[in-house]
Amino acid sequence: MTELAWISSAISSARPQAMGALLRYFRDLDTAEEAFQDACLRALKNWPQNGPPRDPAAWLIFVGRNSGIDAVRKRAKQAPMPEEDQISDLEDAESDIAERLDGAHYRDDILRLLFICCHPDLPATQQIAVALRIVSGLTVKQIARAFLVGESAMEQRITRAKARIADAGVPFETPGAVERSERLAAVAAMVYLIFNEGYSTNSGEAPARAPLCEEAIRLARLLLRLFQTEPEIMGLTALLLLQHARAPARFDEDGEIVLLEDQDRSMWSRKMIDEGLALVDKALRHRKPGPYQIQAAIAALHARAEKAEDTDWVEIDLLYGLLEQMQPSPVITLNRAVAVSKVRGPEAALAMIEPLEPRLSGYFHFFGLKGGLLMQLDRGEEARVAFDRAIALANTAAEAAHIRMHIDRLMKDGAVRTPAKKAN
Amino acid sequence: MLYAILCYASEDVVSSWNKAQDDEVMANLLNVQDKYAKAGRLGPVARLLPTTAATTLRKVKGEAIVIDGPFAETKEQFLGFYTLECADLDEAVEFARELSEVNPSGGSYEIRPVSVFNPTKVAV
Repeated sequence: MTELAWISSAISSARPQAMGALLRYFRDLDTAEEAFQDACLRALKNWPQNGPPRDPAAWLIFVGRNSGIDAVRKRAKQAPMPEEDQISDLEDAESDIAERLDGAHYRDDILRLLFICCHPDLPATQQIAVALRIVSGLTVKQIARAFLVGESAMEQRITRAKARIADAGVPFETPGAVERSERLAAVAAMVYLIFNEGYSTNSGEAPARAPLCEEAIRLARLLLRLFQTEPEIMGLTALLLLQHARAPARFDEDGEIVLLEDQDRSMWSRKMIDEGLALVDKALRHRKPGPYQIQAAIAALHARAEKAEDTDWVEIDLLYGLLEQMQPSPVITLNRAVAVSKVRGPEAALAMIEPLEPRLSGYFHFFGLKGGLLMQLDRGEEARVAFDRAIALANTAAEAAHIRMHIDRLMKDGAVRTPAKKAN
Repeated sequence: MLYAILCYASEDVVSSWNKAQDDEVMANLLNVQDKYAKAGRLGPVARLLPTTAATTLRKVKGEAIVIDGPFAETKEQFLGFYTLECADLDEAVEFARELSEVNPSGGSYEIRPVSVFNPTKVAV
């Protein structure tokens, strides 16, 4: 790794803690960001000469605070603070000070920094964009690329969102236990959103969006380090790892979707699966089930199956049943129906999803599954109708292509009549 | 004498490497080990999953209690180890120095002589 690469990885790993502390200190997002940027610039100048500080976060907090105070004083036309060269040699003193100031607040600082991004007035995409900018430190250009929008549009979106956060007022008092767990839940949901933003994609976009998944995993691990005994955070981290482990097998060479049961399981990341399984095991020992843990447990059952036919669908059906009780949602019932079709057959699954149609009439996966079940029941004509609806609702070209493949098979098997030729 | 070379570094830093950076570091570390492995001096080597995946069993008043995470909260975490047959401490220090040269994580290598060694084989 080059010198610049290790400096930038040291800075990015220290960023949440340093930004969190500076935000608490200055109580203003823009001032905190400026102070942090300034500390980073000084780090780039100082670290190659003096070597890396033992505690980069403490260094950045200390230097950032001075630089922020300096900036505030300059605006007030007062005397400047000493140069950082004069203070940064005192490495031990500096880390002692920063530790004393910030050690106790460390957890709440980072949680607050993440939490302000979850403001309920902000639409999900803005929450994600702001979190990636402020907490992860991705550049506007990187975020714009991941969201597949122009840089100036993204810049505007982030600026607007930040203004909204500033207006809302940041909660600075140390949170009580109930408030802390509410914040944690909101932050966990946002991390999951970041992951899904990167995950729901097609093959062409996958390389641009994969960093979102990696960033979400990094944030989940960060949360877990701060809240080591929270089973739901273990569940969240495990869920992300187990899902992301399958990324290399999700698309074939032509960019077509490969369904879970058809994926080449040797391409799954063993390392991520091992970590995910370890976390699921840890979480379940707490016997405090929650939605992330259950979803992670389902993902774990897929990961543990060496071949698709080894999948424990009975257990998956049970877990989805539990999830349905906790979070009643037609989408969860739809997912459960996949397990039901494996355990009790397509007829039972079809009976389960038919009542969902009014609520899922705009949902691609509903008609994809309905068509698939009808096809298994040799009801070709009805399957064809469902598949046509699915294609009309497809979110990506790969989804549409996948359904078209089913229709082609139906036609080849003679299960449906060839559609009437369109008039030109 | 057999030495254990224990690797400590900040997990925050190591986990912020992207895959390409991590692969590069691992390849360089493997390079260093290769020479020693060929000489028949390198014993078992392990890299551990993050401490967030760890569980600790601790005896409290005679009762075994299972808790989440590593027992100690420290700035640097125990990330993995090497075992190496060395004629003297200098050789062990030299090995650790070579590792540290290609490891940009900062951190440290603790060099500890092994007292009991029982490398039973497992199928991984």
